[in-house]
Amino acid sequence: MLWEVEIRCLASEVDREGERVVHESAGLGVHGIHDVTSARLFLIEADWPLETVEEAARRLLVDPVTESCSIQRIDDKTERAAAPTTESRKIVLNVLLKPGVTDNVAQSAAQALADAGFDAKAVATGRRYWLPVDVSDDDIAKLTRRLLANDAIERVSSGQLSMSTLLMGETYLPKLVTVPLRNMSDDELMVLSKTGQLYLSLVEMQTIQKHFADMDRDPTDIELESIAQTWSEHCSHKTLKGRIRYRDENGEQVFENMLKETVFAATQTIRQQLGENDWCVSVFADNAGVVTFSDREHVCFKVETHNHPSAIEPYGGANTGLGGVIRDPLGTGLGARPVCNTDVFCFAPPTTQADDLPPGTLHPRVVMKGVVSGVRDYGNRMGIPTVNGAVFFDERYLGNPLVYCGTVAMLPVDRTEKQVHPGDLIVAVGGRTGRDGIHGATFSSAELTEESETISGGAVQIGNAVMEKMVHDVVLEARDRNLYHAITDCGAGGFSSAVGEMGEHSGAEVWLEKCPLKYQGLTYTEIWISEAQERMVLAVPPANWDAFRALCEAEGVEATAFGTFTGDGRLRLKYGDLLVGDIPMALLHDGRPPVIRDAVFQPAPAEAVKPPSKSHYDEDVRAILGSLNVCSKEWIIRQYDHEVQAGSVVKPLVGVASDGPSDAAVMRPDLTLQRGVVVSNGMNPRLGDLDPYWMAANAIDEAVRNAVAVGADPDRIAILDNFCWGNTERPETLGSLVRAALACRDVAIAYGTPFISGKDSLNNEFSFTDEASGERRTVAIPSSLLISAIGQIDDVRQAVTMDVKEAGHRLYLVGRTTGELGGSHWLMVNGLSGGDVPKVDVELAPKLFRALHTAIVKGTVRGCHDLSEGGLAVAAAEMAFAGGLGARLDLEPLSRTNPALPDAVLLFAESPTRFLVEVPAARSTDFEACFQGLPVTGVGVITPDQQLTILGRDGVPIVDSELSTLKAAWQKPLDWE
Amino acid sequence: MTTKPRVCVLRAPGTNCDRETAAAFELCGATAERLHLYRLLERPEQLLDYQILCFPGGFSYGDDLGAGVVFSASLKAHLGDAMARWLEADKLTLGICNGFQTLLKAGILPDGAGSWQHPRHEASATLTWNENGRYTARWVRLKVASDRNVFLRGLDEIELPIAHAEGRIVVKDNSLTSQWRKNGQVALTYVPADDDLDQSRQYRIPNPNGSTDGIAALGDSTGRVLGLMPHPERFLFGTQHPRWTRDQTGDQEGAGLKLFHNAVAYFG
Repeated sequence: MLWEVEIRCLASEVDREGERVVHESAGLGVHGIHDVTSARLFLIEADWPLETVEEAARRLLVDPVTESCSIQRIDDKTERAAAPTTESRKIVLNVLLKPGVTDNVAQSAAQALADAGFDAKAVATGRRYWLPVDVSDDDIAKLTRRLLANDAIERVSSGQLSMSTLLMGETYLPKLVTVPLRNMSDDELMVLSKTGQLYLSLVEMQTIQKHFADMDRDPTDIELESIAQTWSEHCSHKTLKGRIRYRDENGEQVFENMLKETVFAATQTIRQQLGENDWCVSVFADNAGVVTFSDREHVCFKVETHNHPSAIEPYGGANTGLGGVIRDPLGTGLGARPVCNTDVFCFAPPTTQADDLPPGTLHPRVVMKGVVSGVRDYGNRMGIPTVNGAVFFDERYLGNPLVYCGTVAMLPVDRTEKQVHPGDLIVAVGGRTGRDGIHGATFSSAELTEESETISGGAVQIGNAVMEKMVHDVVLEARDRNLYHAITDCGAGGFSSAVGEMGEHSGAEVWLEKCPLKYQGLTYTEIWISEAQERMVLAVPPANWDAFRALCEAEGVEATAFGTFTGDGRLRLKYGDLLVGDIPMALLHDGRPPVIRDAVFQPAPAEAVKPPSKSHYDEDVRAILGSLNVCSKEWIIRQYDHEVQAGSVVKPLVGVASDGPSDAAVMRPDLTLQRGVVVSNGMNPRLGDLDPYWMAANAIDEAVRNAVAVGADPDRIAILDNFCWGNTERPETLGSLVRAALACRDVAIAYGTPFISGKDSLNNEFSFTDEASGERRTVAIPSSLLISAIGQIDDVRQAVTMDVKEAGHRLYLVGRTTGELGGSHWLMVNGLSGGDVPKVDVELAPKLFRALHTAIVKGTVRGCHDLSEGGLAVAAAEMAFAGGLGARLDLEPLSRTNPALPDAVLLFAESPTRFLVEVPAARSTDFEACFQGLPVTGVGVITPDQQLTILGRDGVPIVDSELSTLKAAWQKPLDWE
Repeated sequence: MTTKPRVCVLRAPGTNCDRETAAAFELCGATAERLHLYRLLERPEQLLDYQILCFPGGFSYGDDLGAGVVFSASLKAHLGDAMARWLEADKLTLGICNGFQTLLKAGILPDGAGSWQHPRHEASATLTWNENGRYTARWVRLKVASDRNVFLRGLDEIELPIAHAEGRIVVKDNSLTSQWRKNGQVALTYVPADDDLDQSRQYRIPNPNGSTDGIAALGDSTGRVLGLMPHPERFLFGTQHPRWTRDQTGDQEGAGLKLFHNAVAYFG
């Protein structure tokens, strides 16, 4: 029997889901929807009488204080109760998950029901909506597609539900499939590459063809898939680690391995310079970068992107993006304990008109809400605080939003080395394997189109954070008991990548029929490449297997031995007695032909800009404060738990009312120590349009200066790179990336700030057919380099926040202001473009960082804020309204050192490596003494009123605003309900 | 010499505040053990080896069927006698955030032994979705409203962070809250800070989740059970307070520690 339990809130409660639909329908251009009712649905397949279903619902599914339910059978119309008459004049829509999509609530319900003595055969969940009967079919279609359901994972039906069973899966009779590769023409190879979702190039397909011709046989499907996964851009980063011929205005350079010769090389140089004081532990080798922290623990950091899945299903994409990056440090060394998360998003403006959306795209507001919810629900459930982040807006992210997620974790100093031993069992722990996430690795390496959702819907998954938390708990316990030799996460490519990587030097034999499945019917290849979430793979010596299994069982985590690491250097895949794959590991890891690319960069011709001169700039300050990149992100931040684990020291929002924008997060990963970690980021895609070299330099500077502003020791900051770029098969696109990488090398060395890990995501483009013109259009994202920094502070009690603290304290500007206005927010809000890109002074910057740090350690600094978008004026405004005190600045002293720069430039220039610092008058001599020979200027004083006043060089106020108006302008844009 | 009280910090799948909660008890001189629910279910009588039982925060079973629902169902199904004996005995029970939700949904609150598996007991109150419809993390100011709750002895006002989606208390019958007040069961209520009424839209707003009568915490009438939505284990150190850099209180003890001190001192 199949029962439906429909749960609605009582009249005394607000139907939030119904209200959401009403509220957001107008934004989609569907008007006149004033009244929508919603219900939660549970479908329960069980041979129970009605009374038992009622009892089960009452005990577990319905909250009797706020909800009521009605129950009916939906597999047998004759037994069905009459439909409630009050509903007869409504349109009824049911939203159910597509078969095979992870349904956490249903799974929990089935387990909890069984625990309470109600054993059901299957449980599913859904939602039901009642809409006014006069809504047109067109509008229903629009609402269904954009608001009520997501086609990628859900299906919608109207009227009463009628189904016979929830059971899925079929018997699987294994049958060996070979691919007749040897006889294929080049055209046929490319058709196979595309239709088989391998996304390999012709040269790569030909290489595989030749390998098998040499072996005198055709590959099996699983062998071909294994190679495609390992060789995918996502897994091998073949473009940036490949051979690149790069040309720019300085001539030509040839790289054998571009990343190795730029980003990695910088780290090597720094480590050599540090000599025996080298504090890097593991760089670019393991799943996360590792540096020293205390006698007991090292700190690891990794940042990943999950862009393409988030474009199609924002909630699931962001959810599993965070879930995935948490598993990276958990699979670093012998397993690190995650202590905080960071997230950075890039979206199109949420104000985009619904009619302007290209086909196949979701509205940026929907994307943003989905992404934020996805990160929220995963991070909060894992009990890992989300402490730092940023959001950037640009129209070019419309079809291809970016979602960066990062995790910081602590690794015991004696658990850094992993080593697979031949004879170790290959053990999977955590979630079961299903058809979710098939071809994720190869899909993410392809361009998005309006068809992507149909073709690659299977690549989208829903995470189960509690499963991952359970895995986290047993892994760390097993680590401390020394129960395994090696561990890695199951990410892109699933078992194929995890086992392929772990067994690279030993070889492996895999027994695919042993893998626990969510439902029957998966082929051996699907089992092998499924990217089902929340799985880790471990190398467990047979002697420890019983203890390991018992530990997992004791916490309700499934552990399965599904193979063994051999010693023969081959990857042997079996399903029962059937040998389905047998290839040398060397073919996977060393067999790929090098990617050879051309890259060019042509500097855009300098475009002069004539900045406007005004008598008052109050409006400009408000406009910048109210621009999307600068404005308050409190709506997002408050949805994230940023204090779980009790390590919080400097929170994302600070100040007298806890609503000012913190520069970086400080937290204590070990509650017995006062030593802290500092997490910050830097990114400015706007500068990439001018010169990617200086964009990268500014991003590094910003990440470092944010960290230094809160008290991080500039000599102990490590950074990560995340390149998100367009299609690098175009030499110009690759050229801009190489140019950014060159800056990464130069600036990292100059700052003594090593890169310890990184990641790239290429092909971030969206193609579609323009409905009006019928032409094919492609939108590439702006070149987006995220620099994430992990700093350290000796004693967290030295940390500084950006809010001003006390009237009478002085304000100093640290750093040199230059006239480069290119990419600035001030030009943007004035509708101007052009100008020179701000350049980083790599000689001066490290000196300034060290001097400021000395001043902070000496206790002379009470408040400190870095200057970024909007320059001095915006930094002063933010510090003042965060502290609830006025400030009076005078540009005259500044104009003396910069006589050629107009007041407006002094106010709004975004020259890097600058800070606005609050110093008690009594400490000003001590403070100034830290900056011998360095640019530091007294620019003002904190006042007891509620006014920001800035005098121009001639002594006349050019900014004179009440703090409340400034704060309101800053808080308004994303103050969502 | 008195022996250290033993604390059972009971964790279920999805519990995630157990480490710092155990650390808080240990800082106050107790011996805290993070016990997995499955171990307790194997041998329920071991519960009575402890003096303090704490249900920490987190998302037990993902809160998939509502906050604390599955955890509480498991307690009801398998811990009947042991929990009844626990609640009758001179023991202390603390539920923080998800732990409070679990206590209320299991019927350990509002009436302790009186509502635990009482044949006629039917849920009269619940913790459900915040008025704003979403998870909210912020600091709040709280006023102690109970004259008898052991955990709150010596406290009048306290600032603590909340971080929850389902923290709004709803009662079936409004007369219930006056009954609670009469019995000293209303333990903490959200209050505005006197120095901060005009400053900001959002910080320390009196009632951050729309809870009935601004109730943030409930106890039983003996004062030995406390369930609270705010997180005292997130204010153990001065540096956890959102304004410690302003007030220069980084070296001080966090006020949340007082609740744990009180619990430990009860057995001193």
